[in-house]
Amino acid sequence: MAKRYDAIIVGGGHNGLVCAAYLARAGRKVLVLEKRRVLGGAAVTEEIYPGFRFSVLSYVVSLLRPQIIRDLELPKYGLEILPLDASFLPLPDGRSLTRWGDWERTRREISKFSARDAEVLPEFGKLMVHMSRFVKPLLDMAPPDPTSFDPRELARLGKLGKSFTELGPDLQRLKYKMLTMSAADFLDMWFESDELKGVMSVSGIIGTFLGVRSPGTAYVLLHHYMGEIDGVFRSWGFSKGGTGGVSLAIARSAEAAGAEIRTDAPVAKVLLGGDAAEGVVLENGDEFRAKAVVSAVDPRRTFFGLVGKEHLDDETITAIGNYTYRGSSGKVNLALDAVPDFTCRPGTGPHLYGDIAIAPNVRYLEKAYDEAKEGDFSSRPYMNIVIPSLSDPTVAPPGKHVMSIFVQYAPYHIKEGPEQWPLRKDAFGEAVLSTLEEYCPKIRDSILHMQVITPWEMEQEYGLTEGNIFHGELSLEQLFFLRPTAKMARYRTPVRHLWMCASGTHPGGGIMGASGMLAARELMKAGGV
Amino acid sequence: MPLPTPFHPRTSKLCTSLLYKDWGGYYAVCAYGTPFDREYQAFRQTAGLIDVTPLMKYEVTGADAGRFLSHVMVRNIVKLKTGRVTYCCWCDGKGKVLDDGTVTRWAEDHFRVTSNSPALRWFQNAARGFDVTIEESTDRIAVLALQGPSARKILAPLTDPDIGSLRYFGAMKTKVCGIPVEVTRTGYTGDLGYEIWTKNDHALALYDAIFSAGKIHGIEPCGLDAMDVTRIEAGFILHGIDYFSAKSCLLESQKSTPFEIGLGWSVQLGREPFIGSAALRAEKKRGAARALVGLEIDWDDLERLFDEEGLPPSVPCHGWRDPIPVYSGDVQVGRATSGVWSPILKKNLALATVESAFAATGTPLLIEQTIEFARRKVRAVVVKKPFFDPERKRS
Ligand SMILES: Cc1cc2nc3c(=O)[nH]c(=O)nc-3n(C[C@H](O)[C@H](O)[C@H](O)COP(=O)(O)OP(=O)(O)OC[C@H]3O[C@@H](n4cnc5c(N)ncnc54)[C@H](O)[C@@H]3O)c2cc1C
Repeated sequence: MAKRYDAIIVGGGHNGLVCAAYLARAGRKVLVLEKRRVLGGAAVTEEIYPGFRFSVLSYVVSLLRPQIIRDLELPKYGLEILPLDASFLPLPDGRSLTRWGDWERTRREISKFSARDAEVLPEFGKLMVHMSRFVKPLLDMAPPDPTSFDPRELARLGKLGKSFTELGPDLQRLKYKMLTMSAADFLDMWFESDELKGVMSVSGIIGTFLGVRSPGTAYVLLHHYMGEIDGVFRSWGFSKGGTGGVSLAIARSAEAAGAEIRTDAPVAKVLLGGDAAEGVVLENGDEFRAKAVVSAVDPRRTFFGLVGKEHLDDETITAIGNYTYRGSSGKVNLALDAVPDFTCRPGTGPHLYGDIAIAPNVRYLEKAYDEAKEGDFSSRPYMNIVIPSLSDPTVAPPGKHVMSIFVQYAPYHIKEGPEQWPLRKDAFGEAVLSTLEEYCPKIRDSILHMQVITPWEMEQEYGLTEGNIFHGELSLEQLFFLRPTAKMARYRTPVRHLWMCASGTHPGGGIMGASGMLAARELMKAGGV
Repeated sequence: MPLPTPFHPRTSKLCTSLLYKDWGGYYAVCAYGTPFDREYQAFRQTAGLIDVTPLMKYEVTGADAGRFLSHVMVRNIVKLKTGRVTYCCWCDGKGKVLDDGTVTRWAEDHFRVTSNSPALRWFQNAARGFDVTIEESTDRIAVLALQGPSARKILAPLTDPDIGSLRYFGAMKTKVCGIPVEVTRTGYTGDLGYEIWTKNDHALALYDAIFSAGKIHGIEPCGLDAMDVTRIEAGFILHGIDYFSAKSCLLESQKSTPFEIGLGWSVQLGREPFIGSAALRAEKKRGAARALVGLEIDWDDLERLFDEEGLPPSVPCHGWRDPIPVYSGDVQVGRATSGVWSPILKKNLALATVESAFAATGTPLLIEQTIEFARRKVRAVVVKKPFFDPERKRS
């Protein structure tokens, strides 16, 4: 007789683990099943080259909900966040712009490009803080149902409306602009330096198949600022031991509360009894039963994979089919023999302790996007680089380093077809290195090992459909009470007892844990477990 | 005007912030750079190197040195073995604390005592009838603290004999790259760490040896601001902040017994009388009126109060040390004397002195916080100290 669980979580990414931890803490019997040998999903550390621990995919922690850190006592279970000290923008002409934790120093740096921009930056920051105060509560609550007549739902909507009204007319107008404008156009309203605008606008496009001049990208800038506000509590930085450290701390917290976690346990199907989920069956045929099944994989995998179209109605099939992924990024991880030397700012120094952006100006970013639109990776991509080993001695041997390079654009849908990515992989890696060489001419000499991850591999190995790093585009029509679809926005699905808790649900991607927490709450509130 | 310590030629080059303060008459670096996060992280992730020369030092020598210190200290120092260090405090005749520090036994008849404030006269007066000599060595001995998880990896390969097996609160004489030094497995950060003591003449060579060997391990020069964060996380009290020397108190109520400042565990009464022992015995029987406890300030409550003002929550990143009232309901039951937002624990912490009835772990209290110019009360709870206590500290 198989063991019975209250809930089975399919997928041991950080959201699945958060969901499991909350359920276990509330006394539920929980089983987590992870396909891969390691936990973490996109938030994972792996020793790809002996002695070097790579944050294989995601590389900085910014939006992890402080409440989750407290509720799950993550520091007690090993979570340590090391702050990013600076944002370094090397330029091909030998100049550079570094933004520091020290405001006056930042002002001096920006003044070299524009004294006016240096002056307005804090005002811009203040506005973002105001606006974030409106958005932030959304991250910590399940989206209300706007079509519901339930007075509680209406009250929740009303409360949101109220905080919007409190913004006042000027900020409200700005808010509408943010929702509709492009990141670059929005920044044009404040800043004149093309270099500053370039590097600031990229936070509007990370992980999307949009350009910095595409409408709707301004809104995503806010998420960046929210990370900074939470940064007051110092949750913006590297996770010790690599990004997988976050997932492992959550897993330990879940296990301490009694959750059972299995790796090497790929789920083949959700077991259905009539129109309700009753459990899951693994690829090896093992079956597990539970009152509820919670999918911590993305919507397409959940419905077309685990459930199967044959069990779905047409409306659901259409809605899930229309939900867009269109992955746009790749990753290159390097094991290095030495600290890289940037021509524009030679030597090791605090400018390397934060993130390094290859985003010299707005035009460069637009050109990179143009190539992607044509179905190719950018020959000169936007890159976001970190060297966590400078802060965290546990990820590389003494004196050696790991360099993590997030690369955009690397569209999943290349013109040859996504399955042809393996043939383009070397050329993609080469484009990244030759771009980097324009800033660090000697970089190749110090490379001990290079790992290239294309969007195709993100999908095949890491389970990210179409290589989308957020389980679906973070575009407005796929956010909030529309994520993943209007009918499923509250972690429920058309299949009874089947729930969702990963990045394809509100509030979306990134190492936030919010989806996992909110799903657990909704599930318990609904009496599902 | 403060004096430079023997390490000043090195530290002043590194101290780009020019942020110094006067520590016992010496220039001491507050923070090498701004902000000082990196220095704090070094203490907790790699290793931080901090000049702690200004700590006052006394050499106690002579046939009666052990007996004498047992007479002065609340601990029975004759039992301290050679090559061991202990931490304790000393009191006046009424059992009120004068100062706290470490006592290291370097030889059968040689101890070194550290203190926060001058203690020569007190020790010498107490020495009547003992065969003992007390000399101040503060100006002769330069001290570096190397603190953090990588401290052993950096220091051990430089030492001969090897300090690798030196235990927590152990002490040994050795050489660092040929430089004669004394090493103690002690510190004020609550982490794995060492203090390295040498003659002033060797100071610069010692600094260079450790600093250059530490480079590949991520060593950072660290200042007092970063150390202050770590010492609060470690639950260590600070003389002149969390308690006051009986010598300097104008009011009786400002003085404290060891039991009142969390050092009751160090008071060893079952032995020959020592200075203050009668009063301490009576106090132990009676129970102390106050206790020094750890407080965890409730984040949700703080966030709510900020939110009421329309502000995102904010906390200072430096340790704070202006005393603030602590309440139970409407009644003030004590004061918090220092506190900090702990980056590693992600908790808002304080050290507080409260009436004994409110000192039990788990006691809910309220702490005053000024938010938008208004005094508000925020929930806080009594928790165990040390707040942060990694295994590696003792490993
Ligand atoms: C290259 C890259 C860089 C990123 N950078 C950042 C960053 O710097 N900061 C940030 O905040 N976010 C970043 N992100 C986004 C962030 O990592 C993700 O949004 C987040 O980790 C997703 O978490 P999740 O738990 O929702 O899903 P996932 O992490 O995708 O977890 C899903 C899990 O389910 C497992 N699974 C799949 N199918 C099955 C099955 N059939 N049976 C069992 N298990 C299965 C998968 O193996 C995986 O472990 C990045 C993502 C990528 C890809």
